Amino acid sequence: MDAMTHKATMSAADPVTFYGTEVASRLLLGTAQYPSPAILAEAIRASGTEIVTVSLRRESGAAKAGQSFWQLIRDLGVKVLPNTAGCRTVKEAVTTAEMARELFGTPWVKLEVIGEDDTLQPDVFGLVEAARILSRDGFQVFPYTTEDLVVAEKLVSAGCEVLMPWGAPIGSGRGLNNPYGLRSMRAHFPGIPLVVDAGVGLPSHAAAAMELGYDAVLLNTAVAKAGDPVRMARAFAAAIAAGREAVIADPMEVRDMAAPSTPVMGRALLGS
Amino acid sequence: MKIIVNGEPADTAAGTLAGLLAELDMADAIVATALNGDMVRAARREATAIAEGDRVEILAPMQGG
Repeated sequence: MDAMTHKATMSAADPVTFYGTEVASRLLLGTAQYPSPAILAEAIRASGTEIVTVSLRRESGAAKAGQSFWQLIRDLGVKVLPNTAGCRTVKEAVTTAEMARELFGTPWVKLEVIGEDDTLQPDVFGLVEAARILSRDGFQVFPYTTEDLVVAEKLVSAGCEVLMPWGAPIGSGRGLNNPYGLRSMRAHFPGIPLVVDAGVGLPSHAAAAMELGYDAVLLNTAVAKAGDPVRMARAFAAAIAAGREAVIADPMEVRDMAAPSTPVMGRALLGS
Repeated sequence: MKIIVNGEPADTAAGTLAGLLAELDMADAIVATALNGDMVRAARREATAIAEGDRVEILAPMQGG
């Protein structure tokens, strides 16, 4: 059975729900930095993802790059999650979200309010404020946040029904910098869909996030910048499916000392 | 009339945002617009006048993470 068939079989009975919308794939994929539009399209198909992130950027009169990109995404039949990438103030993020809602025709928004240049760490104060404004205005906000529980509580109070803590800084590929923090978040918000967003570099990082009980993983660079993005998309799909299957299977307890796995009873005495 | 379009100085004869889009051959393009930092919905572009020195943003769907 190949990875895609396996995933489809497994996730058919195990969807994740974001704001009332069920999706079978637990991989959310970014659409930036691919070598070509054709490879982007093929990677999206290979990943099995049903949700891709998109952005809004200045359109040039001559090139009209945005129009062909949008056609490509629509032809793939996936849902879009518009982001507010690059926004640094509440006003910028809110206005960008409003423009995205009109353009893409969805109330979903991946809310980013960036506060620091070296780490692209969210400005969590601005994030909470923007989340409150947008939720009141009918948006369904997917906030890009940290693993800080106090911030997370405030985001939920502001109306967020999904939380997306970072694994590591955007584009760093470092994996899960703070597994303890992510585990605490999972324990603290058992009923909220949690998505590790950003910093994932390898399928093993994504599997680890799923093994922590996360509902999904959002990544971009790890696939787009791989030598073979299509193959890497497939690898991530398999890893995320494996991690999800593992958490449902209820892993064994870790112990400090060895415990023989082969039965001791019935062992032959062959020494002198 | 001199305005700023997507951060670049531009010269336009258009009196409205809709007119400016037509001038730029983007009348039918899938874009979102803002005037001086505030969003202008597609339905409001005909009625939205532009003036000397205005800052116009014309945004389109683009790749994102």
